[in-house]
Amino acid sequence: MTFEAIDAWWWPYLFIIVAGWLATDAWRFLGVVLGGRISETSEALVFVRAVATALVAAVIASLVLTPNGGLAEAPAWLRVGAVAAGFGVYLVTRQHMLAGIFVAEAVLLIGMALT
Amino acid sequence: MADPAPLPDHDDDITGERFRWYLRGFREVVSLPALILATSFVGFAALALEAGITLAQAVFMTGIVWALPAKVVLIGAIMAGNALPAAAFAVALSSVRLTPMVVALVPELKARGTRNWVLLLLSHFVAVTSWVIAMEKVREVPRGARTAWYGGVGSSLVILNMGVVTAVYLLAQDMPAPVSAALLILTPMYFLTSLWGSARERAGRVAMALGLVLGPLFALLTPEFSLLVTGLVGGTAAYLIHRFTAGRAGA
Repeated sequence: MTFEAIDAWWWPYLFIIVAGWLATDAWRFLGVVLGGRISETSEALVFVRAVATALVAAVIASLVLTPNGGLAEAPAWLRVGAVAAGFGVYLVTRQHMLAGIFVAEAVLLIGMALT
Repeated sequence: MADPAPLPDHDDDITGERFRWYLRGFREVVSLPALILATSFVGFAALALEAGITLAQAVFMTGIVWALPAKVVLIGAIMAGNALPAAAFAVALSSVRLTPMVVALVPELKARGTRNWVLLLLSHFVAVTSWVIAMEKVREVPRGARTAWYGGVGSSLVILNMGVVTAVYLLAQDMPAPVSAALLILTPMYFLTSLWGSARERAGRVAMALGLVLGPLFALLTPEFSLLVTGLVGGTAAYLIHRFTAGRAGA
């Protein structure tokens, strides 16, 4: 039952619907059911937000540490260094997002040119 | 905040007003986050192309799955020749994080009388970028217009990126490594800065720092479940720290 198991035009779409749509929207729908019962100011929501935030932070870390495409050609220390420098500048400039992104890009590209 | 006349919670007279907010949400398509997300989709389209996915399948996947990590996992499973149940399980694991995100957003989106099917429909748009935009700006939108506004944000982003995937397939050419690297570093930089900026309380920032450290650690220890475990462990720890310090401040 792999992606290429059945030679019909509709099979890849069925595969995407079951393995892609069902496997993601089921969690979103569950969130609606649960979220409808929680008050906006409830303490439980602080906990839920903390869990969601830590999850997204883990996604960020994996994007930097196990990248694909051209970013994989930069060494790990350079990737982490560029992001850390950018985030440091973002904090120092009182949360100026563009300044942070600009510095991260500059460090990464200069580093790639030199290595 | 910008709107002087507060809207009633639910009233048919404000249909026109709601449409105006829908369009205002749609305008988020020309924003820095949208631009950064679009560059991430350039990377996704390149990956899909490499995996032998057709243009129609890639565009279909973009609209129906939407969350980028879930799609990357799905393509990984297809490339590895995984059977349908294994692929579905892997994608489901990578998407558990959507539940707490939706739970956090729904109480802020809904007004009195908001119908459940509207929320179910809107929840499909929840992925990191639109969630971050919403958590950052939803409180500037009048309560009764929030669902319309978020519908605009979500649908504009989906349409934009279906277009981006199509464009990459049609233009398909090899990007030089530095160009590709410069595009691919945008996503983590954007997530990092906006997540920090949109934190509702200090617990959010503690959770973010813990997630950054624990994520790679659990990726080594439990590669299959790393995101979920990181969220639970990091989130719980951040919450406990929050409770402990709040309790002391109150005493």
